[in-house]
Amino acid sequence: MAYDKFTVLKSTAVPMPIENVDTDQIIPARFLKATERKGFGDNLFRDWRFENDGTPKKDFVLNNPIYSGKILVGGKNFGSGSSREHAAWAIYDYGFRCVVSSFFADIFKNNSLNIGILPVQVSEAFLDKIFKAIEANPKTELEVNLPEQKITIVGDGASESFDINGYKKNNMMNGYDDIDFLQSLKSDIQTLATKSIY
Amino acid sequence: MSKTPAALFDKVWDSHVVKHIDDGPDVLFIDRHFIHEVTSPVAFLGLESRGLKVMFPEKTFATADHNTPTINQHLPVQDPLSANQLKALESNSAKYGISHWGLGNPKNGIVHVVGPENGITLPGMTIVCGDSHTSTHGAFGAIAFGIGTSEVEMVLSSQCIMQPRPKKMRINVNGKLGKGIVPKDVVLYIISKLTAAGATGYFVEFAGDVFENMTMEGRMTVCNMSIEMGARGGMVAPDETTFNYIKGREKAPKGEAWDKAVAYWKTLKSDEGAFFDKEYNFDAADIEPMITYGTNPGMGIGITKKIPSAEQIGSGKASFDKSLAYMDFHEADNMIGKKVDYVFIGSCTNGRIEDFRAFASIVKGRKKADHVTAWIVPGSHIVEAQIKEEGILDILTEAGFQLRQPGCSACLAMNDDKIPAGKYAVSTSNRNFEGRQGPGARTMLASPLVAAAAAVTGFVTDPRELI
Ligand code: SF4
Repeated sequence: MAYDKFTVLKSTAVPMPIENVDTDQIIPARFLKATERKGFGDNLFRDWRFENDGTPKKDFVLNNPIYSGKILVGGKNFGSGSSREHAAWAIYDYGFRCVVSSFFADIFKNNSLNIGILPVQVSEAFLDKIFKAIEANPKTELEVNLPEQKITIVGDGASESFDINGYKKNNMMNGYDDIDFLQSLKSDIQTLATKSIY
Repeated sequence: MSKTPAALFDKVWDSHVVKHIDDGPDVLFIDRHFIHEVTSPVAFLGLESRGLKVMFPEKTFATADHNTPTINQHLPVQDPLSANQLKALESNSAKYGISHWGLGNPKNGIVHVVGPENGITLPGMTIVCGDSHTSTHGAFGAIAFGIGTSEVEMVLSSQCIMQPRPKKMRINVNGKLGKGIVPKDVVLYIISKLTAAGATGYFVEFAGDVFENMTMEGRMTVCNMSIEMGARGGMVAPDETTFNYIKGREKAPKGEAWDKAVAYWKTLKSDEGAFFDKEYNFDAADIEPMITYGTNPGMGIGITKKIPSAEQIGSGKASFDKSLAYMDFHEADNMIGKKVDYVFIGSCTNGRIEDFRAFASIVKGRKKADHVTAWIVPGSHIVEAQIKEEGILDILTEAGFQLRQPGCSACLAMNDDKIPAGKYAVSTSNRNFEGRQGPGARTMLASPLVAAAAAVTGFVTDPRELI
């Protein structure tokens, strides 16, 4: 599925300083019953965000109007658990384009990159700095510069570089996905398949 | 000239690389692809919108499990959304020529139980599924891991996915396990030592006496949970135990093909001196029956121990406190004696025949505790049939338990099997995340023996006292 190209994103951010945010929190299993990729944002963090009767929980950050933006900043080991891409869809559908953390679970990271969310992994110290900056001023903006692989706390000026492999970077910057690329390798794939004993 | 020693992982991975992209992932050929109703529909929509076909339909296998009810499976599925997903799996499979074991099919069951059971899973393969516990199949010496829906679409359309090569870790457990210590305890122990993120970025090989002496079903339990320490997957080198398990299963190679396959499979082990980025060694004698007290699988302790503090396990205080508050547990609490409302035995972690044998070994001659609700859910119809044949059902019935029909059930509570808010469950599944078994449900992960001890006493109990 095509997604928006990603180059430089400057935005305020939503802070969620919780470790081990797992995919069951991001989107609980009971909301995985759709057969189309639509509307998952409504149930993003469903059980942290709403009471059983659907009233918003006041103390949850997504319900706090002073925080908004296209960047979600999470604690260590973000996205652990299930392989459900629905978790990444929910984050994208809600309006986030970038998640920042000091550590990502593998499958979540892959899924994000595949659908156009940029996972930015920073040091623990820098993550802490971001949380502090947002706490001091919820209007703090972050600038995520993909071509330069750099994240900056705007105003404060502190910045850090982040890793991404060249192939994925190119995909993100151009909104490409892997399926088209794989189609171009059909004959190599066929060759390997012919040799396989399985 | 001698060749560089290779690890089991390298041998399997390298033989499947279609193309290596500089500063990018490897294009990896996939031998087996499992699909189920939840993570495949959007992938099929994607295929359709691009006008692509399934490249090798005979390499993909579909089974319905995540959503399926565990009673009255002969009746139409009540929940319209679940029914819709099941229908989509069936019609997509039919349309693209994929073999489909839906509800009512005698081969139906949880994807990671039916694959091995029918000889679809073999050593040396690359195996993927839109489900993180695909790591289960690593027990056969396969590279097996969970993928997202975009990747499901890639496999359908090109039989490949694009993966950065993970780092390698080896975990050795040597020595002899004590009485009442089963594979689930071994893996919960390892995760408690490494933490829930300790193996992120790695593919794990489990080695040492303990795994060499383990049955295939035990190895599956261990590899199943390798994802719970963050690993992409885990694997065990195939050996005679593996070959004996596979031989004669429906889709296993036969005759000459079998001999050829076994000859190849025998080469699938880590060479002496193979490189690992990280290696851990544990002693079997240190392992007790395990139970979790928190909201990630790394928060586990020996059942006779007290709940530790955040500092003791090196966790962030705020997250640790949040976790204990959710469970309504406290530092220094004893786990033994905690009241249990629900017991769940099943899932792709512990839903195989050996698990029900273990459960029955404790339940036999005892009665279910009055206040406990127990859900006993076989991993597949084949397991269900074995339970009946071996007389386990009689033992269960006599003790006041009922057997349900196969499926994922309370492992992820997508169907009606939800633990009510605030209630405590001892569960043989793999995740104790907040709300995993139903909104507000409180899960303690443990082995089938610990589950059985809880089911008959109504409290967290050391199973060694009942053996
Ligand atoms: S039993 Fe649980 S972990 Fe296993 S496939 Fe089903 S939902 Fe996933």
